[in-house]
Amino acid sequence: MFGKLSLEAIPLHDPIIVVVGLGMVVGAIALLGALTYFRKWGWLWNEWFTSVDHKKLGIMYFAVALVMLLRGFADAIMMRSQQALAAGGSMGFLPPDHYDQIFTAHGVIMIFFVAMPMVIGLINLVVPLQIGARDVAFPFLNNLSFWLFAVSALLINISLVLGEFAKTGWLAYAPLSGIEYSPGVGVDYWIWALQISGIGTTLTGINFFVTILKMRTKGMTMFRMPIFTWTALCANVLIIASFPILTATIALLTLDRYFGMNFFTNELGGNVMMYVNLIWAWGHPEVYILILPAFGVFSEVIATFARKRLFGYHTMVWATVAITVLSFIVWLHHFFTMGAGANVNAFFGIMTMIIAIPTGVKVFNWIFTIFRGRLELTSPVLWTLGFIITFTLGGMTGVMLALPAANFVLHNSLFVIAHFHNVIIGGVVFGMLAGLTYWFPKAFGFTLSEKWGKRSFWFWITGFYTAFMPLYVLSFYGAARRMQSYPNAEWQPWMIVAWVGSVLIAIGIACTLIQFYVSIRDRHKNQDVTGDPWDARTLEWSTSSPPPFYNFAHEPVVGDIDSFWTQKQRGIEQAEEKDYKDIHMPKNTWAGPIISVFAMIFGFAMIWHIWWLAIVGAVGTLVSFIARVFNDDIDYYVPAAEVERIEQAHLKRLEAHS
Amino acid sequence: MATDTMHHGAHADEHHDHDHHDVAGTKVFGFWVYLMSDLVIFGTLFATYAVLMGGTAGGPSGADIFELPLILFGTFALLISSFTFGMGVLAMNANRVGQVKMWLIVTFVLGLMFLGMELYEFNHLIHEGYGPDRSAFLSAFFTLVGTHGLHVTFGMIWILVMLVQLQTKGINPATRPRILCLSLFWHFLDIVWICVFSFVYLMGVL
Amino acid sequence: MQQPSQWRRRGTFFVLLALCLLLAGCSSALMDPKGDIGEAQRSLILSSFGLMMIVVIPVIVLTVAFGWHYRRNNTVAQYLPDWAHSNVIEAIVWLVPVVIVAILAVITWRSSHELDPHRPLESDEPTLEIQAISLDWKWLFIYPEQGIATVNEVAMPVNRPVRFRVSSGSVMNSLFIPRLGTQIYAMAGMDNDVHLVGNEIGTYWGRSTNYSGAGFAGMVFDALVTSDEDFDTWVEQVRAEGEPLSYPEGYSELAERSSFVDVRYFSDVTPEFYERLVSSFHTGTDPETETQDADRAPAVDTNEAYQSTDNQEGERSDDDQLISNEAGG
Repeated sequence: MFGKLSLEAIPLHDPIIVVVGLGMVVGAIALLGALTYFRKWGWLWNEWFTSVDHKKLGIMYFAVALVMLLRGFADAIMMRSQQALAAGGSMGFLPPDHYDQIFTAHGVIMIFFVAMPMVIGLINLVVPLQIGARDVAFPFLNNLSFWLFAVSALLINISLVLGEFAKTGWLAYAPLSGIEYSPGVGVDYWIWALQISGIGTTLTGINFFVTILKMRTKGMTMFRMPIFTWTALCANVLIIASFPILTATIALLTLDRYFGMNFFTNELGGNVMMYVNLIWAWGHPEVYILILPAFGVFSEVIATFARKRLFGYHTMVWATVAITVLSFIVWLHHFFTMGAGANVNAFFGIMTMIIAIPTGVKVFNWIFTIFRGRLELTSPVLWTLGFIITFTLGGMTGVMLALPAANFVLHNSLFVIAHFHNVIIGGVVFGMLAGLTYWFPKAFGFTLSEKWGKRSFWFWITGFYTAFMPLYVLSFYGAARRMQSYPNAEWQPWMIVAWVGSVLIAIGIACTLIQFYVSIRDRHKNQDVTGDPWDARTLEWSTSSPPPFYNFAHEPVVGDIDSFWTQKQRGIEQAEEKDYKDIHMPKNTWAGPIISVFAMIFGFAMIWHIWWLAIVGAVGTLVSFIARVFNDDIDYYVPAAEVERIEQAHLKRLEAHS
Repeated sequence: MATDTMHHGAHADEHHDHDHHDVAGTKVFGFWVYLMSDLVIFGTLFATYAVLMGGTAGGPSGADIFELPLILFGTFALLISSFTFGMGVLAMNANRVGQVKMWLIVTFVLGLMFLGMELYEFNHLIHEGYGPDRSAFLSAFFTLVGTHGLHVTFGMIWILVMLVQLQTKGINPATRPRILCLSLFWHFLDIVWICVFSFVYLMGVL
Repeated sequence: MQQPSQWRRRGTFFVLLALCLLLAGCSSALMDPKGDIGEAQRSLILSSFGLMMIVVIPVIVLTVAFGWHYRRNNTVAQYLPDWAHSNVIEAIVWLVPVVIVAILAVITWRSSHELDPHRPLESDEPTLEIQAISLDWKWLFIYPEQGIATVNEVAMPVNRPVRFRVSSGSVMNSLFIPRLGTQIYAMAGMDNDVHLVGNEIGTYWGRSTNYSGAGFAGMVFDALVTSDEDFDTWVEQVRAEGEPLSYPEGYSELAERSSFVDVRYFSDVTPEFYERLVSSFHTGTDPETETQDADRAPAVDTNEAYQSTDNQEGERSDDDQLISNEAGG
C-alpha cells in the first residue's frame, strides 16, 4: 500500500535531524496557522499563487531562494564545523552517513534551489520591463515553471524528515548512484527533485528566449537591448540547449535504478564514463547560465552608479555570445584525471583557457566604465567591486585547474572547492545580492537600507576570504574534498580558520535579513515615488515602482542603447499622451499550482515505490493540463478608463512628491 | 515552413490587434524552440546508443534481433501519417472542419499501427529474453526507440484532444495554432524516426 | 620551445616568495614534492600563477584606484558621461589576455604531453609494475613480478620508475600520492595507468580523492619510498608474513565493505589476478574458471569504450578513441 514508506523512514535515530525536522514542522504549522488566522489564504491564492504576472513570479522565485539559502547554508556551516573537529583520528559530530547527505544536499540546494531561482527570478522581474513588454510570451507556462520549481524544493525538504537524501555528491556520479551501491531512497529524491524542477527550467528557457526575441518594444533592435537582457538571452539559449541533456541523463539513471537497465552500471556493458561525460555536458553550461546574468547585473549597476555609458557595449555583447558558444566545448576539463590521451586533455584545457579571454575583456570593460565616471559607492557598487577582484582571482585558479598537468594534482582537492566558491560566491551570489538591492525598489516601491547592505557586504567578503583561502592552502597539503574526517592533525588550524569564515558569512546573511526587516519597517521613509531612485538608464525605470500590472500604459519607443537616460538628458516629458487604450492581459490561472502538485505527488510516489499513487499523480498531471487546454477564458481587456485611473493616481502621487 | 505557419498564425489573430504582439505566431515559434530542446534529448539518446552499441555483454547485437520487414511496415505507416496530417492542415487552411477531423482520424489510426508494430517488437524481444535489462546495448535500444514511441503516444493523445476541440469549438484562433503545433510535432517525430530507422535498424543489420 | 621553459623559470622565481608566504612555509606536499613528476607540476603551477599575475594585479590595482579616484564626490576627477569607446583600450584589453592565453596554450600542450600519466618515464632502471585496485574502502596493491600483494601499503625503490595500473572493484576512486604527483581514476572494468617515481627515501601518505561512499574518509594508505635493499627486505617480509590471496574466492572476501583498514600482506597471489578482475566486468564471468553464470554467456567484449586489458606496449591511441566515443554526448 505504501511501497517502501513506513514509520521507520522518519530518521528518529539522528538527534540533529529530529531537532531540525521538528523545527521545520512547527514552523510550517505556525505559518499555515497564521495564514488561516489572518484569513490570508484567499489573498495568497488569488494575488500570488495563481498570478501570471512576471514581477510577482520573480518575487516568489527570490523568496523561495532565500528560504533555501538558509537551508543550504545550515548545511555549509555543519560541514565546516565537522571538518574543524574531525582531525587526527577524531570522527567529529557527524557520522559519514549524515555528513555525506549534507554535502550532497548543500551542492544540490545551492545550485538548483538558490542560485538558479535567484537568476531566474531576476530575469522574470527585470527582462520584460527592460524590453518594454507587458508580459512574457507564455504567461501560464511561466507560472507553471515556478510551481514545478517550488514543489521540487518542497520535495528536497521532505527528504530531511522522511527517509534520506542522496549520499553521492551533488552530481550523483554513477555507479555510486546506481541501485547496487545506493539502494536507499536518497538518490531517488535527487532524481525526482531535479527532474521536475529541470523541466520547469527548460520551459522558462523557452519562454524567455521567445519573449526576448518576439516581444521587444518599438525601436528596440537587438543591439539596443540592455546588457542584462542580452545576458539573459544567452543564459536562456544555454538552458534550452543544455537542460534537455540533464533531463535525458537523469532519465537514463532512473531506468537503471527502476528497471534494472545497464546504462551506467559496472557490468553488462554499462559505461560509467558516459555518465560523467553527459552530466558535465550539461554541468558546464549550467555554471554559465548562472554567471552570465550576474555579469549582466554588474554591467547595469556599474553604468548606473558611475553615471556613464557602459564601456564597449558591443564588445560586451560579443564576449557574452563567445562565452555562450565556448561553454559547450570545455566539459572534459572536469575529469582530466579519467585518463584520456594527452591530445584530448590539451585540447579541452586550451579551449577552457580561451574562455578566459572574453571574460577578461569584460572585466576590463567594467573597469573602464568606472574610468572617467562619477562612481557612487552604494552597496550594489561595493558588491560589484568585490566581484571584480574576487572573480578575477577565481578565474585565475580556474585557469590553473584547466592546465591538465596541474589539474592532476589539484583535482578532487579542496582547491576545486575553493575555486568554484571563488567564482560562484564572488560572481553569482554577489551578483544576485547586487541585483536584489538594485531592483528591490522597482519591485516594492521603496529602497533597502544602505547601512545594513554595506554591513552585509563587508561580512560576506571578509567571510569569503577567511573561509576559502585556507582551503587553497590545504589543497597544497593534499586535502581531498568530501572527507568526513582526516588523519592529518596539522590541517586542523586551517580548518578552524575556515570555520570562522563561515561564521562571518552567517553574520553577512543575518545582516541581509536585518536589512529586510529595517527596510520594511522604514518603508515610508525610504519610499520612492518617482520609479527611478538611482537616476538609471534603462526602460524598467521609466514606469512607476512597483509598476502597474500591465507595466506600461503606452508601449515605450526606443531609439538608442540607453534610451531612457537619453530621454532624461534631453528633458523629454514622459507620459504626455493622455489617450489611453484597452490593454490585453492574461488572466490568473489555477492550472500551474494544480499541475505541479500532481507532479510532486507523482515524484513522491515514485521515490517510495507507491505505484498506485504514482498513477494518480501522472494521470492527474495529464488531466489537469488537458483541462487547462480546454479553458478558453484565459485573457481579458483592461478598459482604457481603468488604465487612466491607475496612471492618474500615479501622476498625482508624483506631483504631491515634487 | 516556419514563415509559412507563422503567416497563417498572423491571420488568425488580426481581429484584435491593439498595440499587441502576434500571439499565434509567437506560439508556433515557441513550439519550434521546444522542438529544438526535444531534439537535444533525442541527440543525447542517439549518442548514448552509439556509445553502448557494442556493449552487448554476450547478448545479441542489432543484427541478431532486428526484423526489417516488420520495421519497414511501421516506418511506412508513420511516413504516410505525416502526409495525411499535411492534408489535414491544408483542409484547415480551407476552413473545412469535417475534412480536418477525417484526416486527423486517419493519422491517428496510422499512428496506432506504428505503435502496434513497436509494442509487438518489444514484446517479442522481451519474450526471447532480450529485455532492456539484458545488456547496455539493449537498454539503449529500448530507451531510444521507446522514447520515440512515448512521443508518438502523446501525439495521439493530443490528436484526440484536438478532435474534441474541433467538435466543440471548430477552427478558431485558439485551435488553429494548436493544430499547427501538433503538425510540427508529428512531422518532427517522423524525422526522428527516419534517423532511428537508418541509424539503429539499417546500420544495425548491415 | 625555448620560451615556455624560460617563462617557467622566471615565473618560478617571481612567485615563489609570494606563494611561500601564502602557504606559511614551503613544506606542503605540492610545494615540496619528492618525485620528478611532482617537481614538474610544482613549477607548472608556479609559472602559470606568475603569468596570470600579469592580468590579475593590474585588475585589482585598477579596480581599487579607479573606484577611489572616480568616486562621486571627487569633483576634480575627469567626468565624460558619454565616453564609452576607445579603440586603443579595446585593442589592449583583447591583446593582453590573448597573448597570455597563447603562451599558456603552448605550456598546456607541452606539459600535457610531457606529464601524460600514461607516458613511461625515461630511466636506466627497469620500470616496476604495481597494480592498484580500489575496493570499498581500501586499496589493494599487487606486485605481479614478486607475486605478492598488500592492502593500504605500497612500497617502491627510490629512483625507480613505477607504473601503477589502476582499476576498481566497485565504484570510481582516484589514486593519489600528493608528494609524488599525478592522480588517476580507478574505474571498474577499466585498465588505467599512471607513471610515477619517488626520488627521496621516506614515507608519504596517499589516498583516494574521488568520493566513493561511506568509508571514503578511510581510504588512506602509506607509500614507502625505500632503498633498493630495504625494498627487497620489504618484499621478503610481505612474502613471509602474508597469507595467500586467490581469485575469485579470496578476492570476494577481501572486497567486503570495510574502512580504515589496517595494513595486510599477501603472498602467493593468483596469477593474472588483476587482469581477471578487470575482464570480469566485461563479460560477467571469470574466463579462467568454470563458474559461469547462466545469464552471462561468455563472449568477446566488443565495446571499444573499454580499454584493452593488455597495453604493456604503452600504446595509448585507444585512449583517444575512448573519449571520442563519449564526445558525442
